[in-house]
Order: sequence, then C-alpha cells, then structure tokens
Amino acid sequence: MNLWMILKVALRAIARNKTRSLLTALGIIVGIAAVIAVVAIGQGASTMMMSQINSMGNNLIMVFPGSRNQGGVHSGSGGSQTLSAEDGEAVARDLQHLVRAVTPIVRSGGQAIYQENNWSTQIQGVSLDFLEVRNWEMESGTFFTAADQRAGSRVCVIGHTVADNLFPYDDPTGKSLRIRNMPFKVLGVLTSKGSNSMGSDQDDTIIAPYTTVRRVLQNSVFNNVNMLLISLYSLDDIPAAKTEIASLLRQRHKLNARTDDDFNLLDMTEITNTIGSITKLMSILLTAVASISLLVGGIGIMNIMLVSVTERTREIGLRMAIGATPSDILLQFITEAMALSTVGGLIGVAIGVAGAQTVGKLQQWPILITESSVIVAFLFSAAIGVFFGFYPALRASRLNPIDCLRYE
Amino acid sequence: MLITLQNLFKTYRMGDNVVHALDDVSLTIAAGDFVAIMGASGSGKSTLLNILGCLDTPTAGTYLLDGVQVSNMSRAKLARIRNQKLGFVFQNFNLLARTSALENVELPTFYNGYMSGSQRRKRAAEMLDRVGLGNRHEHTPAQLSGGQQQRVAIARALMNNPPVILADEPTGNLDTRSSAEIMELFARLNQEGITIVMVTHEEDIAACAKRKVMMRDGQVVGAPQTGNPAP
Ligand SMILES: Nc1ncnc2c1ncn2[C@@H]1O[C@H](COP(=O)(O)OP(=O)(O)O)[C@@H](O)[C@H]1O
Ligand SMILES: [Mg+2]
Repeated sequence: MNLWMILKVALRAIARNKTRSLLTALGIIVGIAAVIAVVAIGQGASTMMMSQINSMGNNLIMVFPGSRNQGGVHSGSGGSQTLSAEDGEAVARDLQHLVRAVTPIVRSGGQAIYQENNWSTQIQGVSLDFLEVRNWEMESGTFFTAADQRAGSRVCVIGHTVADNLFPYDDPTGKSLRIRNMPFKVLGVLTSKGSNSMGSDQDDTIIAPYTTVRRVLQNSVFNNVNMLLISLYSLDDIPAAKTEIASLLRQRHKLNARTDDDFNLLDMTEITNTIGSITKLMSILLTAVASISLLVGGIGIMNIMLVSVTERTREIGLRMAIGATPSDILLQFITEAMALSTVGGLIGVAIGVAGAQTVGKLQQWPILITESSVIVAFLFSAAIGVFFGFYPALRASRLNPIDCLRYE
Repeated sequence: MLITLQNLFKTYRMGDNVVHALDDVSLTIAAGDFVAIMGASGSGKSTLLNILGCLDTPTAGTYLLDGVQVSNMSRAKLARIRNQKLGFVFQNFNLLARTSALENVELPTFYNGYMSGSQRRKRAAEMLDRVGLGNRHEHTPAQLSGGQQQRVAIARALMNNPPVILADEPTGNLDTRSSAEIMELFARLNQEGITIVMVTHEEDIAACAKRKVMMRDGQVVGAPQTGNPAP
C-alpha cells in the first residue's frame, strides 16, 4: 500500500467523524496554539528590547555613584556625592584606547512653558559628547557648543515629544522656552528614538549643558553628577574597560584596598542578560503549560484511536483477509493518528498566529513569528500522533483476522 | 492439484475441554472444481474454509496451495498469498460502509500496490460489469440490496484475478431469488476457470456445485475425498 493511499484512507476516516476528530485534536490545538503564541510574543518582545537597548547608545557602560552592598559595609547616601564630571573627563582622557566618548548626566525635572503651552518633562544636563555617546543626531538646528558648556549658558536642545507638545505649530529652533521661570534658548530638535526597554519615552526630554543644569536648576555648589555614560569602541572591551574604569575611579577617589567602591558600574550586557533570563524563564513556564496540554492531547488521541480500532475490528479483519499485512495495518492506524494530530497542529498554528497578532495589536506588542517555530510546532504535533498512535496501531496489527471477521 | 490437505487437525482447548474442530481431514481439490462443503452446524465447515483461506493455521497436518506449503508461513507471507491467490466471499458481505461500490472493489489492489489509480479504477469498473453491476459504481452498501452487495463482494474477490474463490455461506443472508442469481454468477465464474469452494447447509444451493463434501464432527464423510468431478 503506498503512502499517498494510506494518507487518503486516514484523512477520510478523520473526516467521517468530524466532531469527534475535532474534540480529540483539541488538546493538540490548544497546546500548539499556546506554543506558537508564546514564542511569537516572547521573541517579539526580546527583539524589541534588544533593539531598544541598542538605541540607547554604542557599547555603553553606566557609572552610578554609591556603593554595592558588599562585605557588609555600605557607604550610604554619602556615596551619591562622589561622582564628578571631572571623573568622566579623566576616563575619556586616560582610557582613550578603549573609550570613544563620555558624558556626565545631571538630572532635573520641571515644567517647560512656551506661550500658552506647558509640558512636564525631565531635563538632562550633559556634556558635548552626549550625541556621540547616545548615538543620537540632530533633526534640526545644532547642539550646544563648548563655550555654552563652559559658561553654563541657558541653551537647550529638545526631544521630539517636547517639540511636538510645546511647539505644535512653530519651528522650535531659535525660540525661547521657560523652565522654572528662566528662559532657555532652543538650539535644535533631536531625532526621534522612541521608547526604551523600560517603556519610557526617550524623546520626552530636554538636553542642556550639565554646567547649566547644575548651576541654574539644581542650585548646587557641589560638583557631583547622577551618572557617567561611557561609550566604548567595542562591545568586546566591556570587561577590560570595566576593570580599568574601576581602578581609575578608585585611584581618583583615593580609596584604599579595604574600602568598597563608591560607585557602581553597569553595562548593557548585564541588562541584556537579565532580560534574556527573564524571557527564558517565561518561556520555560509557558512551555511547561503547553507540554502538559500536548500530553493530554496525545493521550486523547491514543484513547480515540483505541476506540477506533475496536469500532473497526471488522474492517481490520476484512483488510487482512484481502491481503493487508500486519505492518500495513500498523502503518494505517499510525498514519491516522498522525494525520489527526497534524491537522490539530495546523489548526493550532493558525490560532496561535492569529492570537499572537491580536495580542500584538491590542497591546501594541511586537510579534515575531519565525518559520522555524511554525515548522517545529508542525513536526512536533506529527510526532505526538506517531508516539501516541503507536500502541493502538500495534494492537490493531496483532489482531487475528478470523476473530475480527466474527466480531460483532 | 490446486489444493492438497493431508491429515489436517485443528484442536481448540478450552480448559479441560478439547474440541476437535478438524479431525484428520485429507482432501484434494483440482483447478476448475466447484466444491460445496456441507454439514451440520458446528461440524467444522468454517474452520476448514478458514484454513483453506490462509486466515487460520492448522494444529497439525500439511496444506499445499498451488504446490506451496503454507501450513507454517509467517503472517505477512500468508497475507500476500491471500492477496494474490484467494478471493473471499462472506455471508455478511463485509463491505466498507459509506464507501462506494467501486472503491470497495478496488480495495485488494491497495495491498499489492503495482497499479496506478486510473488502472485500479478501470479494473474495478470491469469487475463490477462482470458481476452485472456496471451501473452501480457510486452506490454505497446502504444503497444496494443484499444480492447486489454480495455481487460487489464477488467483484472485490475477483479484483486480483485469484485462481480460487472461497465463500462461507454466501447466500445465508439472501432471499431465494438473489441466492439463485449469486449461484448463477458462481457457475459462470467457474466456467471461466475459477475454482470455487463454498460452504453451505442448503441442499439446493449445494446442487449448483460440481461436487459435495460432507462433514460431521470435524471429519469428512461419505463423499469421495479426492479426485476430479465425475464427468
Ligand atoms: N475460536 C474457537 N475457539 C473454540 N472453539 C471453536 C472456535 N472456532 C470454532 N470452534 C469450534 O469448532 C467447531 C467447528 O466450528 P465451525 O467450523 O465454525 O463450524 P461450522 O461447521 O458451523 O462452520 C465447533 O464446535 C466450534 O464450537
Ligand atoms: Mg460456519
């Protein structure tokens, strides 16, 4: 009996009991749909996060003031005073072989006002190298100059969201907006970057010289910054750069061997790894759920195939009488189980894809349906059919033709 | 000799109870013969026919079919012999339900697999013509009378062009008129050279055969046990 004919017989047997076949395949349908949807949503999410991480800048290392709580010693809030813009300049100057650019970040917040429009946003004080560190460009206008930075001039460039909200009709370049009642001249608008991996809008920001922010907005006499953002030439240099930055900062902060670091180094690979492990954990959990569903589905198929073998005992006897060998019968019932689970798998793939896309639309969540996940799901459902169909098929093939023909 | 049985035994053991369904049966059937196996219920007719049909194996004794010893073949080899050399006709027809007459007739060729789909359909149509059902290709068993269903079964038995047709009470479920038609068909097929071995307990049905074999308690009695039909 050739394979095509076996398949035709199997499909016809399935079509004959449509409702029963559908109910039997339900476990497989649910399991495969779950796997497809989870993989699509998960892969979409991690791809999005990765691209957002990349959008944050080139091979970044972040340095925060404060200590890791290591060895039971915690330097506490005093640590937040420890990081200075000069530390950043030192890193840029002394570690030129690794470091492309450095910017300090001084954060402030407030309401920006232009004419009758106002908008609450964050204000970041940065250095000249900011654009290079963040891999960002001006859409219009220019960035501030070294002179602005030295003088602490009241100038700024604004993110797209701020531009859209404060200047819905005007070109912002050259206009003056007010922050805490102080006028700031807008030099230009940054290109749009979208949200970052934490979901916050990177374009909702005002960028000014850190000197200005510290002096005018923070009224601070201290030289401290909230963060140093360091961009490296190569991702591979991250471990080496972290060691060198740490030892340079320890030296500059005059820490002895027994004292903990008074700063934290964080790099993108750590964040990437964290996101990766969360995604992995989610996948494992959902795969476990899907596996249970597929197991239940497989047992359902086994059950219905045993029923089918009993129902069709006479047919089996007849087929044997006219020349079916035991292996013909075995193959026929395995094929039937496989066809049942594969049809279920196909329906599952369709539902999974549709479900993932619906979730993607409703939740604004990126979806990534890969060919390989569809193919694997399909092959897996076929394998379930073969596995769970084998025992019923074996029983059918071992039946005695005379007993079958006499069976009532 | 097409069929040679020598000292065939079939014994069923049910606990302490031993049933000799066949008790030292020797029988030869020549090519072209038309044999009616008769006897009371429980005399071993079906047991004998099942062994002749390679559906069952004897407890002891030898069975030569077309010169080949089949008494101790594997299940797969017996299946091939059934497919190539034997056609079966059953009392209850054993057609696949909800399946057209044509497809029912095609079925035996599924298991030798040397025919293309169109060859298979053509041959099945010829066989339906041969049994007088040329206009009933698409009818399912439920849409056919008993006599017509049995003719579909006969067409199916003819599909692989076997030398022997084995029929166990082929008219047992049919009215007198259909029975007569089936027996006419058998007589015609026999004239065309097919050997027919048929089990029946009805005298007038057996009368259509060339030769009768009587059975009682698992033994062949009375009738000559070998040889060609008397001319
Ligand atoms: N599978 C079986 N198990 C036990 N006894 C059987 C079996 N098949 C047939 N027999 C016994 O063998 C004898 C012959 O049966 P069978 O050949 O069917 O008779 P019949 O001439 O009516 O066709 C009967 O006594 C029957 O009870
Ligand atoms: Mg009987």
